[in-house]
This record gives sequence, structure tokens and C-alpha cells, in this order.
Amino acid sequence: MVGLVLLSLTLLTVSFRSSALDPVEGFAASVLRPFEVGANKVARPFRDAASWTHGLFNAKAENRVLTKEIEKLRRENAALTGNGNQNAQLKKQLHYVNSPTFPKDYAEIAAQVLTSPSVLDQTITILAGSRQGIAVDDVVVTNDGLVGTISKVFASESSVTLITDPSSAVRAVDEQNQAAIGMLDHGSGSTSLVLDQIGKDKLVNAGDEVITAGSQAGSRLPSLFPRNIPIGTVTSVGQIDTAIFKDIQVQPFVDLSSLETVLVLIPNQPKTPAKKTLK
Amino acid sequence: MIYDGFKAVAVLFVAAMFQVSVLSAYSPLGGAPDLVLVALIAVSLLRGSIFGAFAGFGAGFLIDTANLSTLGFTSLLLTLAGFWTGRYGETTARDRFHAPFTSVAVITVLYGIGTVALHFVLGEATPAGAYLSGLPATVLLNLLLTWPVYRFTRRLFRPLDHLDRVHEVRLLG
Repeated sequence: MVGLVLLSLTLLTVSFRSSALDPVEGFAASVLRPFEVGANKVARPFRDAASWTHGLFNAKAENRVLTKEIEKLRRENAALTGNGNQNAQLKKQLHYVNSPTFPKDYAEIAAQVLTSPSVLDQTITILAGSRQGIAVDDVVVTNDGLVGTISKVFASESSVTLITDPSSAVRAVDEQNQAAIGMLDHGSGSTSLVLDQIGKDKLVNAGDEVITAGSQAGSRLPSLFPRNIPIGTVTSVGQIDTAIFKDIQVQPFVDLSSLETVLVLIPNQPKTPAKKTLK
Repeated sequence: MIYDGFKAVAVLFVAAMFQVSVLSAYSPLGGAPDLVLVALIAVSLLRGSIFGAFAGFGAGFLIDTANLSTLGFTSLLLTLAGFWTGRYGETTARDRFHAPFTSVAVITVLYGIGTVALHFVLGEATPAGAYLSGLPATVLLNLLLTWPVYRFTRRLFRPLDHLDRVHEVRLLG
């Protein structure tokens, strides 16, 4: 018993302080991979059945919301198409050089999710690694929005730290009020997000959409996240007299607790290793 | 004993795979059911402290590897959980009806507090409030898992006391 505790402590120390055990962990993970895939396959029909039942009960309410949303998006799309064409023409005339933007400057690699996050461990394991061209700090998204970044890479598996992890921070902006740029941090709950460092003079409303802000022009510490990745919706905006910043709660678009597949964004141009990156 | 070892490996392996791939995605009532912990407690109660410690170490290693997390973290906690549960079974309450339920309730709370404490020791930011507020629900969910898991485990690991029981007494005098 004492020997096992000492062995655990040794493993913990070595694994926490260095990457010496990474090859062992990578090999063991690749051995376990088929079993995890198998367990996922066995559970899928039950998950689908639960999801189908849940969808059936919410179908009418969801239909009403989506119909309204389609009308709103049609109007927005008509306005944006004209603005987009004008923007492209003006950029061309001005020879405007932009920082990398999503999705045009990135290739996407789809990967199956093997594990789910827990309250204390906001990471997931995906079935793609360095063999597929994935590197540490690559951005991970789904069709709905931002998921997180790659934190560990093995040959055919990687670990993704979610945006709800306490160590994660994203430079984000209110899409409707572009002056409101702040840092998206984890909130008090395990899956809640807070848009921090937004001054009281900035206008932010509940229902606004929050997207990644990308890097500041000429910044020596570029953001890991390209601009324009949807993150979530502002659910509440609070303000206390003694606080410097607004208290803004954000609900992520992506249901991070039940991911099945994700997309890893691989930059078309390799990252410059000399520069340090700011999350 | 060797067969018991194989059976424990099989039970905990299936439980660990099911835990990391399926169960961890669900948090009913804000709790997180832990099939591996419940299975380990059942095995340890039936087979004792040393067996429980080894089973806990192996199960923890599997979970850490599958989650690509820090090796040794879960092993350390589950080794202690397996040992203490086994000791409890050996000394007082292996055959009592309440033993698995008491063990699961107590060990789930201690395991939860130990997990948060170990994260703090390692200097990792942890939403302790959110986790600990979900702990009562986790205890409840684990207690719901206890009866089926313990019954299944008891079938696999027949109580040693019955096997060791003397069936015949030979009179010498």
C-alpha cells in the first residue's frame, strides 16, 4: 500500500513537472483508443434515442424560435451581402493587410471526441494528433462556435482544453457593439463564462452575440484565436458601483458537455515560433 | 486469487471505459456519477485492503491515461479509497447490508474533497464551489449505482468467508 502510494506520488510528480512520461501515456492511450471508440459506439444508440426524445418534446417551441431567427437572419444577410462587397472593394483599393481571420486562413481537421469533460477537468480527448498535423495551441471549434485549444498532442490523440477551463482566456468582442472588447474567462460555475474587463462606459445588452476579437493591430503578443469565431450570447449584464468593469455573463453556443466531433483549425501559414502568444 | 485479479481487471476496465466515454457526459441534478469508484468500493469490500489498493491504482492509471491527464493523480486517490474500503470490510462490516452504501457515501465525499485538495496542492485553478455544491447529488447518484454494481460484483467475487468456512470437523479424541 505504501509502495503504491509512493509510486502514485512519483508518477504524479514526474508527469506534472516534465514531459518524460508523455511517450508512455501516448502509447497507453493508443492501446485504450479502440476500447473508447467501442464504448462510444455502444452508447451512441442510447444517446441518439435520448436526444431524439428530448428534441420531440421541444420541437414546437424550437420551431417558433427558429422561424423568428430565420426572418431576422434573412434581413441581416441582405444588408451584409451589400456591405461585404463594398468592404472587399475598399480593401483592394487601400491594399489593406489584415490579421488571419476565420475561416479563410485556416484548414480544418475533423476529429471524433473520445471523452467528455467533468466539473473539475474541463478537457476532452480527440482522435487526431500530430500525424494529422495538429500542434499545441491550435484552435478547436464546431459548426456552432468556439470550443477551446489543443493543450497536449500525441501521435494520434490530442487533449483539448475547453474555454470553460479556469486556465483558459479568450480576447472577445460584442459583435453588436464592437467597442466592447474584453477577456472571456470562466465564471463561477463549471460551464459558465464571463466577459471581463469591459468598462462601464461601453454598451453591452443581453442577447448580444460574443465573438473572438483576434489580435490587436501591431500587437507583439498575438491572440491564439482568429477573429470572427462565434462564442456565445450575453445572458445578463450587471453593474456594481464599486466595481471597475461590468459583470457580463455569457452562455456558449456550443454544448461543451456532449461533444461528438470537433474541427481543429490548422493555420495555412505556420506560426512564428519566436513570438510568444497571448491567449 | 489470480482469477480474482483477472476478474477485477475486467470489471474495472469496462467501468473505466464506460465512465470516460459515456457517463462523464451526464451530470443529472448537478452531480457526476462515478461508476469506477463504486465498482472499486464493491471489489475492495469483498477482497480486502491490499487487493483494493492494487485495484485502485490500476483503475486510476486507466482513467488518467484515457483522459490524457496528469498520471498518478487518480491512481493516488483511488489507491487510498481501495485500501480504506478494504480495511473497513476486513475489520467490521463485510457482510452487513449497509456496508456498501455506507462505504460509497463516505468514500465519495472523501474522494471529492481529496480531488479538490490535490488540485490545490498542484496549484491548478479549480471551481471548488461548483464541484462541492454538486457533491450531495454525486453521493445520491453513486448510492443509486451501488446496489446493482455490488450485486453484480458479489456474484463475480464470491465472499471469501464462505469458501474458507470449515465444512467438517474431525474428532480426534
